[in-house]
Amino acid sequence: MRKMEITDLLNSHIPKYISLPNVQIDMDTIEVSNLNRQFLFRQSHVGQSKAKVARDAVLKFRPHINIKPYHANVKDPEFNVDFFKQFNVVLNGLDNLDARRHVNRLCLAADVPLVESGTTGFLGQVTVHVKGKTECYECQPKPAPKTYPVCTITSTPSKFVHCIVWAKDLLFAKLFGDKNQDNDLNVRSSDAASSSENVEDVFVRRNDEDIEQYGRKIFDHVFGYNIELALSNEETWKNRNRPKPIYSKDILSDELAQPNGNVDKKCAFDDEFSVSAMASLGMKNPQDIWSLKENSRIFLEALRLFFTHRGKDVGNLTFDKDDQLAVEFVTAAANIRAASFGIPPYSLFEAKGIAGNIVHAVATTNAVIAGLIVIETIKVLQNDIKSYRMTYCLEHPSRKMLLMPVEPFEPNKSCYVCSETPLSLEINTKRAKLKDFVEKIVKAKLGMNLPLIMNSSNLLYEAGDVEDDMVAIYSANLEKVLAELPSPVTGGTMLTVEDMQQEFVCNVNIKHREEFDEEKEPDSMVLSGWTQHVSAPENKDKPAANNGASTSGASVPAAESDEISIVSPTKKRKLTDVPNAPGNETRNHQDELQVIDDEDDLVMLEGNMEGFKKRKLS
Amino acid sequence: MDGDGEELTAQETALYDRQIRVWGADAQRRLSKAHVLVYGMKGTIAEFCKNIVLAGVGSLTLIDDRIASEEAFSSNFLIPPDENVYGGKTLAQLCCDSLKDFNPMVRVSVQKGDLSSFDVEFFNNFDVVVVSSCSLPAKKLANEKCRKISKRVAFYTVDCRDSCGEIFVDLQDYKYSKKKLEETIECHLRYPSFEEALSVPWKELPRKTSKLYFAMRVIEKFEEAEGRSAGEVSVADLPGVLKLKKELCAEQSLNESHVPDTLLERLVTSTLEFPPVCAIIGGILGQEVIKAISGKGDPLKNFFFFDAFDGKGIIENISNSNA
Repeated sequence: MRKMEITDLLNSHIPKYISLPNVQIDMDTIEVSNLNRQFLFRQSHVGQSKAKVARDAVLKFRPHINIKPYHANVKDPEFNVDFFKQFNVVLNGLDNLDARRHVNRLCLAADVPLVESGTTGFLGQVTVHVKGKTECYECQPKPAPKTYPVCTITSTPSKFVHCIVWAKDLLFAKLFGDKNQDNDLNVRSSDAASSSENVEDVFVRRNDEDIEQYGRKIFDHVFGYNIELALSNEETWKNRNRPKPIYSKDILSDELAQPNGNVDKKCAFDDEFSVSAMASLGMKNPQDIWSLKENSRIFLEALRLFFTHRGKDVGNLTFDKDDQLAVEFVTAAANIRAASFGIPPYSLFEAKGIAGNIVHAVATTNAVIAGLIVIETIKVLQNDIKSYRMTYCLEHPSRKMLLMPVEPFEPNKSCYVCSETPLSLEINTKRAKLKDFVEKIVKAKLGMNLPLIMNSSNLLYEAGDVEDDMVAIYSANLEKVLAELPSPVTGGTMLTVEDMQQEFVCNVNIKHREEFDEEKEPDSMVLSGWTQHVSAPENKDKPAANNGASTSGASVPAAESDEISIVSPTKKRKLTDVPNAPGNETRNHQDELQVIDDEDDLVMLEGNMEGFKKRKLS
Repeated sequence: MDGDGEELTAQETALYDRQIRVWGADAQRRLSKAHVLVYGMKGTIAEFCKNIVLAGVGSLTLIDDRIASEEAFSSNFLIPPDENVYGGKTLAQLCCDSLKDFNPMVRVSVQKGDLSSFDVEFFNNFDVVVVSSCSLPAKKLANEKCRKISKRVAFYTVDCRDSCGEIFVDLQDYKYSKKKLEETIECHLRYPSFEEALSVPWKELPRKTSKLYFAMRVIEKFEEAEGRSAGEVSVADLPGVLKLKKELCAEQSLNESHVPDTLLERLVTSTLEFPPVCAIIGGILGQEVIKAISGKGDPLKNFFFFDAFDGKGIIENISNSNA
């Protein structure tokens, strides 16, 4: 493999693809917002497959390289261990933790070196992982995406992000999403409260119901009545600020709805995609912070426009950050709720970033990281182990360095991924069901896709392709309480969990526990032995982003864009014992920069625990 | 560019969304009004140009009358590898054609001529000047001209050889503000000119000053003494370079170990650029220019060095204020 080919391929810094010497995998298509840094793409390519367009673009500089693009998800079964074994090295440019862990395990199973990387804004890093010789990607704990207790979202929000999650995953979903989905919003209006038979769902719009009236009804229900309902529970508000109910007639008193409002009175739109409440109301600047009145107008207008211009979408929408009308609606709703709870409002631009979990990115950092990736890759191909480095790109220099290389550490002996250390799980075996274990622990925390669960030699559950006669048994098992499974799981049981595709096995020791704290342990499960981290005090003015996909209301997953976690330092040994370049005394772990990724975010800690840095958006 | 002069257009907001989230709309507006001049279209400068065009500067003017050759496209990704396409054209012209493609909202153009031929008035057209592939006298001259202009022109030099790179920054008298926690702090930096920086006696510099600084100075002086253009050295010149190093170290009372022979050998042997280093240096330089234009972020003062051999990217402050 000629050196030149690799370097040029990677010089085109595309963060999202796995680039093997000849193979690129990317499931995404190109969007406008990619063009500020993903320079192999042009406006004319928007909508096309990234992997394919990238391949074509690179061939223009180097016509003789052999590149095979796959427009696919790296978790697809075709990319199994045998597939990975073909390669000398794997380079990751992924944007989520889940996929990175998946690839990490495949590379371990295939014994192929992995060059990992990530950037957020001005920060970035490149790391090298070789089985048996260095830490694997999961040896250092990565903070798990943050979840919020249901009650915080539905009743006691204290941060703007809670309002966004409410607006997006509850209200938006209820109004415009799948009607059959569970939802924690209270749907009973004050009229129906007394009758226990006919529970009228306030959100269902009757055929003849005037859209403007419907809008105000919803407004008053979620911002007025539901708040009053919450206030009636004194206990909740003993130590908290009481929210204020907000009614449309009070905010928009001078704009009482005209009966049978003329739907065409506002401006016309070219097409479905340009439908916008802001445009309709003549509001131009997404960076403005709207008043309560403006937010209320946007709320009602956006709601109206969904029904009048995008009626066919109502009932099957999920929130999409590139859906302007959806972003307008969610911003307005979140701001009104925030006003109710005394939380400061945010602009549409900022709210979109939170709701859409947008990672901020620039071409320059990506270029630097791409160059560093190439340099490490060359070392790997030359098998120059002693020279492998983990390199960190900083925003502010540390000891005069903007680019800081660190020698890789030896594999972590307690890493449950590469050192096969067993984990412990505290759970109520008489109440929790197998499916809870599978969803919340095996898939969510352990990052397995298609797991297999065994209690000694008894197969309790298997995902994926399963014989017909087993399907019913496994389905039944999922619904059973752990202690009541055919092979009962109780305190002291050791479960074996495996993902065939990742070729990854893990043992979990079960410990029975009766009670859990609803706020701190909302899942009623505590897994230990896999992360040592302690949650940091929260950064008040920095909202955390939401991951988007929440299934039930039980706990709403969220990804922090800037939350900082403290990792307790553990003694680690360097790959080589040679002290570094002149001037650097023997590295004590305390002096080192600890880097933790959460999705694409990079969070830096320096020195002792007191010195953690905070970053603000602009 | 922004039509009504103040707000970003909807098109700009959509395209620049991700970077606006990094540095803010205000900074983006300033970028769109900035004019950048670049001299010497090799690989690192190509990377730099790509970065600032993507970032959305107002205009970019390229100077390089050298005719393209096969060597050019080995490390400059803006030069198409097809001789039918590149044959006979200047580096500036080829890069200009490629760069326009990256962002139609940026005006990219070519200026013919030798750097030394331009007068102070010419440089007054720009907010940022970046020179590379440039001899020591030419660098100094360009820097001086920029400093004669009353409005501040940010001046940079960049040089990459083998797998090393050097950036020099001169923002003259630079004031900016930044937020620390809830406060706004006013900052004031005074930068020396290139000539002033180079005149700082070597023995007055901190003991651990990057070896690359000294090595680059030796090579620069050698090229000047031999009447060579920038980068016009080869391994055959090594004995002469090592001799010059001895002389300079003696003159400056600097222990020779600060300028390793092995490093000098690398720098004269492979004068071609190494693409990943181009990306790294081009990225750092791009970020510095964006900071200077937007007035946001601590600019580096005043040299940056990178050597792929140890992987460190180091900032050195070479100025007389060094106690």
